[in-house]
Amino acid sequence: MTPTLIADVSGVALPVAAINWHALFFLLFAGIACGFAVAVVAADNVVRMALYLVLSLAATAGLFLLAGAEFLGAMQLMIYVGGTLVLLVFGVMLTAQGPLVTLASAGGDRALAGVVGAALLGMLVLAGLSVPAWRQPASGAVVEPAAAPLGMALVGVRVDDPTANAPAGVRPGYLLPFEIVSVHLLVVLVGAAYLARAKRRKTPRAIEVAASVEPPAAVAEHAAIGRDAALRTGSVLSGGPA
Amino acid sequence: MTPALAALVPLFGLVTEPVSLAHYLVVGAILFAAGVACMAIKRNALGVLMGIELVLNGANVNFVAFASPFLAGDRARSLGLDGQAIAIFVILLAAAEAAVALAITLNFYNNHATVDVDRADDLKG
Repeated sequence: MTPTLIADVSGVALPVAAINWHALFFLLFAGIACGFAVAVVAADNVVRMALYLVLSLAATAGLFLLAGAEFLGAMQLMIYVGGTLVLLVFGVMLTAQGPLVTLASAGGDRALAGVVGAALLGMLVLAGLSVPAWRQPASGAVVEPAAAPLGMALVGVRVDDPTANAPAGVRPGYLLPFEIVSVHLLVVLVGAAYLARAKRRKTPRAIEVAASVEPPAAVAEHAAIGRDAALRTGSVLSGGPA
Repeated sequence: MTPALAALVPLFGLVTEPVSLAHYLVVGAILFAAGVACMAIKRNALGVLMGIELVLNGANVNFVAFASPFLAGDRARSLGLDGQAIAIFVILLAAAEAAVALAITLNFYNNHATVDVDRADDLKG
């Protein structure tokens, strides 16, 4: 049986059987994640930025699944995409008023950030490729997907294989960090609810700010003309001399 | 055959070879650099917040890659469960940070009727 060819260029055939499907799906998710991350930077419309960020984070969850972290991939989808991004989208909806939807950044800022980002990217990529062991194709054992090792470790019981460098009998769990993070989350959410609560003001501060701003020259001139006319005619209504 | 297609032949290795740790590191680097650039250029406070999310996500990709026994080759070289635990804590802290930053942004919007971070100069910093 001859394998089906999906590509035949320059005499090099790529049979379907030769495709590493793990690598193909990695490329798919990595392309989506990186492409939409760059789109977040390039977009000016904050609503589109939120959409691109959702897609990028969801594709990252796919990368987690491909790396063998199934529980983490599910958490990424539920907490990040389902929780944090909904929060962000609410923020966008509450503040997206007219010109604030598209706040374009200055060209100089863009160029500077591009240089900084490219330098950082180059440095990180070179660092990532500099260790030969990290460039070896993955050959480790594929473990059965299970949430139990991480879940049990979070409550202080290690059910996975003992780590090679830990002393015999010592299997540290993550109970204390788990407690600290949970209390931290509680305090932070109470604080956030306190900060974002509805204030009772007679006039919203935004209106006060708008009223305190000096009116444009044309408006001031118009007001001055009106005052002069009122003085000349001596209207009682306008408060001039009778 | 066209030269453009012939130039693609070395890329076949990307889909025939198993992925390596370096693949994940490059993805993490791109997400991180995009997040830093996003934090730097956005004038909308929520855009800056999205940049922070991208940075944390890029770091998480690296943690998960180093934690994977499949990618790291053998258990002795991988971070093991530690990497996944750190990654889940990062996700939780990102959620907490987003909640607080959003509350601050809404407060700023209520007080100044804008979310432009360049206008947040009341402290004259």
